[in-house]
Amino acid sequence: MSDTIISQGWFTSLANPTRFLALSGRILPYLATAAVLSLLIGLYMSFAAPEDYQQGMTVRIMFIHVPAAWLAMMCYSVMAIASIGTLVWRHPLADVAAKTALPIGAAFTFLSLLTGSLWGRPMWGTWWVWDARLTSVFVLFLMYLGLMALHKAMDDSGRAARPAAVLTLVGFINIPIIKFSVEWWNTLHQPASVMRLDGPTIHPSMLYPLLVMAIAYTLIFFTLHLMAMRNEILRRRVQAMRRQAAQAIGGGA
Amino acid sequence: MMSHEAFVFLSYAATAVTLTGLLAGILLDGRARRRELAELEAQGVRRRSKSAGGISS
Repeated sequence: MSDTIISQGWFTSLANPTRFLALSGRILPYLATAAVLSLLIGLYMSFAAPEDYQQGMTVRIMFIHVPAAWLAMMCYSVMAIASIGTLVWRHPLADVAAKTALPIGAAFTFLSLLTGSLWGRPMWGTWWVWDARLTSVFVLFLMYLGLMALHKAMDDSGRAARPAAVLTLVGFINIPIIKFSVEWWNTLHQPASVMRLDGPTIHPSMLYPLLVMAIAYTLIFFTLHLMAMRNEILRRRVQAMRRQAAQAIGGGA
Repeated sequence: MMSHEAFVFLSYAATAVTLTGLLAGILLDGRARRRELAELEAQGVRRRSKSAGGISS
């Protein structure tokens, strides 16, 4: 019981933006260093991995395409959890977390589409097909852009929080659709070969570089997300101070 | 038709450009926000919570 109270207290204390700025400021250097190191190791392993007997060297695109696609979905899942935080607990940082994850998620989704296209052209003979996997990821990209537009449309950042949270949760239905699209429909895109109930079907010489790159991408995401959250807190602080200054002038007139 | 090497190079180059651009955008945004805060504080504008002795944003 006391443990619960202590952990709730710790979690609630994070809701204080000043405490969050202090804590994230301490974590960021370590997170950024781990991201850079894992990226360097992952890149080395990616280019040291053997070429595929069928795909040749184009298999190296997998090491940046697959983590980008995973992160595109993970970022949206982070936004969905943050949206629950906005709607249920009204956590002050939940909307900040959801909003600042948007451009990062959009960038990873864009990269998964672009590198997939650059991989598809030599392997499939086409840049693009409207199969279920590619189309559902394209819809995810449009959802990121739509949510970014919603935030831009509101003058006051706080006003977009609840409608954006509702939209994010409605859009979360797309995440399982993306994941299972290759099983539910007949797609040109191959079925899952890593996250399978019967274990990965990729040879360890290619699986390990892929997993290290996935860790690197995840660390890059959290580093960028923490940095963007800190910026957003400062942006809201500036807005509040400007409003306060304007009210002081108005009150004095 | 491009060589396979060109497709691999373009994929890695596009990833590097996109992620570097994202990082640069976030760094520049942070710098601009800190400058705005410093300007407001130089003008004597204080956060309400700070002037009241609180610690919230």
